[in-house]
Amino acid sequence: MDIEVKMTVNGKAVSGKVEARTLLVQFIREHLRLTGTHVGCDTTQCGCCVVHVDGVAMKSCTMLAVQAEGKAITTIEGLAAPDGTLHPMQQAFRDHHGLQCGFCTPGMVMMGVDIANRLPGADEKTVRHQLEGNICRCTGYQGIVEAIMDASAVMNAARS
Amino acid sequence: MGEFAIGQPVTRFEDPRLLRGGGRYVDDLAIPGMLYGQVLRSPHAHAKIKSIDISKAKAAPGVAAVLVNEDWANSGFGDLPRAEGKKKRDGSPMYRPHFPALAKDKVRYVGDPVAFVVADTVAQAQDAVELIEVDYEILPNVTSVALGSQPGAPLLWDDCENNICFVHLEGNKDKTDEAFAKADHIIKKRFVITRVTAATMETRGSIGHYDQAADRYTIYTTLQRALNFREELAETLNIPESRLRVVAGDIGGSFGMKSGVFNEVGLVLLGSKVTGRPVKWVCTRSESFIADAHGRDNVSDAELALDENGMFMGLRVHNLVNMGAYTQPGTDAGAYSNLGTLAGVYLTPAIHVDVTAVYTNTNIMRPFRGNGRPEAAFVIERLVDLAADELGIDPAEIRRRNMIPPEKMPFQTGLSFNLDCGEFEKVLDQSLEMVDYKGFEGRRAEARKRGKLRGIGMSYTIEKAAAPGYEGAEVRFDRTGSVTLISGAVTHGQGHETVFKQIVSDTLGIHPDEIHYLQGDTDQVFFGEGTGGSRTASLGGSAVKVATGKVVDKAKKIAAHMLGVDEVDFSEGVFTARETNRTLSMKDVARAAMSPKNMPQGMELGLNATAAYNTTRQNYPNGCHIVELEIDEDTGQVEMDRYVVVDDVGTVLNPLLLKGQIIGGISQGVGQMLMEQIRFDPQDGQNLTGSFMDYAMPHAELFPHIDIKSHPVPTKTNILGTKGAGEAGCVGALPAVANALVDALSHLGVTHVDMPATPERLWRIMQEAKAGRA
Repeated sequence: MDIEVKMTVNGKAVSGKVEARTLLVQFIREHLRLTGTHVGCDTTQCGCCVVHVDGVAMKSCTMLAVQAEGKAITTIEGLAAPDGTLHPMQQAFRDHHGLQCGFCTPGMVMMGVDIANRLPGADEKTVRHQLEGNICRCTGYQGIVEAIMDASAVMNAARS
Repeated sequence: MGEFAIGQPVTRFEDPRLLRGGGRYVDDLAIPGMLYGQVLRSPHAHAKIKSIDISKAKAAPGVAAVLVNEDWANSGFGDLPRAEGKKKRDGSPMYRPHFPALAKDKVRYVGDPVAFVVADTVAQAQDAVELIEVDYEILPNVTSVALGSQPGAPLLWDDCENNICFVHLEGNKDKTDEAFAKADHIIKKRFVITRVTAATMETRGSIGHYDQAADRYTIYTTLQRALNFREELAETLNIPESRLRVVAGDIGGSFGMKSGVFNEVGLVLLGSKVTGRPVKWVCTRSESFIADAHGRDNVSDAELALDENGMFMGLRVHNLVNMGAYTQPGTDAGAYSNLGTLAGVYLTPAIHVDVTAVYTNTNIMRPFRGNGRPEAAFVIERLVDLAADELGIDPAEIRRRNMIPPEKMPFQTGLSFNLDCGEFEKVLDQSLEMVDYKGFEGRRAEARKRGKLRGIGMSYTIEKAAAPGYEGAEVRFDRTGSVTLISGAVTHGQGHETVFKQIVSDTLGIHPDEIHYLQGDTDQVFFGEGTGGSRTASLGGSAVKVATGKVVDKAKKIAAHMLGVDEVDFSEGVFTARETNRTLSMKDVARAAMSPKNMPQGMELGLNATAAYNTTRQNYPNGCHIVELEIDEDTGQVEMDRYVVVDDVGTVLNPLLLKGQIIGGISQGVGQMLMEQIRFDPQDGQNLTGSFMDYAMPHAELFPHIDIKSHPVPTKTNILGTKGAGEAGCVGALPAVANALVDALSHLGVTHVDMPATPERLWRIMQEAKAGRA
């Protein structure tokens, strides 16, 4: 039986009819056709599907679409400025070669923003530990860690 | 051109798109009317299929088709592409089993495809798969390569004696035996190189679309070599290549694994032909562990002969290499094509290698980052450390003593490598300085006070890259003078778009923003092989360079004609008439070349150029890795503290991307050494590592900051002077980490640590060593 869900995604009000079992990531990818959020596993390990739910990083593969009722979702497509200017975290990923194949990247970037928001000025060891829910197979993480530390400093400066 | 020139750390042009969520991976594609396929896979390692009942599945909601082997056999499609060309020990041809997309009569590994369901939704297809009833008669199985060729082992194929696929011999046996007869020391060891999987973050996937009206097939898929893929697949489909289009979008990592034509490629095409609609199949992560090809998995019995001064006299290696249950083209290559790495950077005059490739009840094998290189590097660099320990020589010193000096180049090693250049001792010295080798014992003593066992380990490895072959490139100008650049190579994360645009921009003076890069669509790409074997910078890059060179040559003639002079100079994208100082830009000339009035007599319109670049000689990237790590005495937990690399990959095209390749490679090598392993139950042959909860993937926390320097010694084997960089990091990492682990435990009398060196394994080694000493 289909259930009506309503939420805000990247600032826009959206709605759709889903099955009770529909995952948030399926709603985002298949109903809204926002394919920047990826699915890299089926056991909540890889973090390719990380989005922000009311400003907090969540694995959208481990949440039902109906659980997002009334919430504000931000996906990778909603991070850059409307004119396309990259968010400081996206820019830092580019500057530090923090992505190769790009598949884990949306989740890494959304997680990076979350780390920078929660732990401004986190050191390398902390950032590496905070990434325990995200897997990258290409980069060896070094560029990702550098990017998150760099963007964190930029975001921190912008806040103060 | 300035900031985008070859050699500059240019940030990637593909990044803004990928960072905004604009990647187009195969699962992102939706075609109207598309159906979804799911595979029923064998739950047994080895069994006879007595019967299959698909009636309930066929009647299930939303199901459009249920396919079994009979449907494949009746479709006119043949075997999936298979390996060929090797021989058995008696000279007879290698054993090549038939390879239908769905198993016939018998299943041969856990995951072997048995049936394919096509339905309106993924969920309906999954549900229908559950309704298929297969009656199996379970047979004895063998998954271990060491046991696979033993007399009495269960046979996968009734007419394949001892499960032997082929045998490969290399080097000089008589000379090697002679060297061993004269040796003062012989170091002997069995090395087990574990089975691992590429675990690309994007799993494999395909959409098959048969256009009945046009009688033409299109496959959207994950791959590395679009044109090779089309050739192999067309043969399977029994159609001319012109009736098949292969399209790759963004590829979410491959590392060799996605380079084959897998069963599901055939199944979505057959599904589409039967239903008349496009059919998509995307592998789930857990399915991938039983559905993907795996890598490595061999046993090496190796011996190194030395004289009294620690000089290497001979090397003898016997390998048993796991082939899995079937072969694809390339499955076999890992067993023999990179044995040259065994010779290392050493003068060792006599080497002989004897390889036996063995079928087992396991997944098929494919190249995985290194494809025989890391395996060989592990064997030689572990042997060298064992020898250093036995003879009481410092590991750096024994390597230095045996290294091939630059003045001996070109140097024919005892195996296939004929080295053209390399400055191994300089690279070694820089690495030792970077890690502060002299200060190590002080750091070890300090760690000991904290309950940590600190070790240092090095490797110096060499490999072949860009094996003789070809690659294509095309530069197309549109009417406004902007460019479409097309390559036969296929990036799956390496950043080809960036490096190729650098070459075009550097040569033609066109801004990268005005270059559109295109790859992976066989209806667009005219020529090439694809990506693999660390070949694309050398071959694909050189092809781009040649194509742009042709553009410049022709444009100079047009510019001279337009300016009314005999000759023009060309620099930074501008043509200058020497006599008059009048100029034209490359874009001016490209635009003008569309109009007959601007062309010299008899010259064809347009400025487009294609190039097919080929090399006859491979190149030899090499480098030194040094690792310092600490093992917790109580828990066996490993913490890497220092990791330095000095690499020689010839001319560096983009140092930012090079660093990414090396570090990425290291992370996969470290992963195999410390944690990753595909394991099978020795009794029932079940894959015990069927998800990310069971297969240990390296995380960010595992790694220290890795320091990398380049010591470029350009090669003359290609016009850019570059050597391959894609696999080098992985090759050096396995033995360097292993040597550091052994060094950390050497005071306990430990001389070897098998992979994966998990905390449990290290803890047991420490307990056993202490008990033995008590």
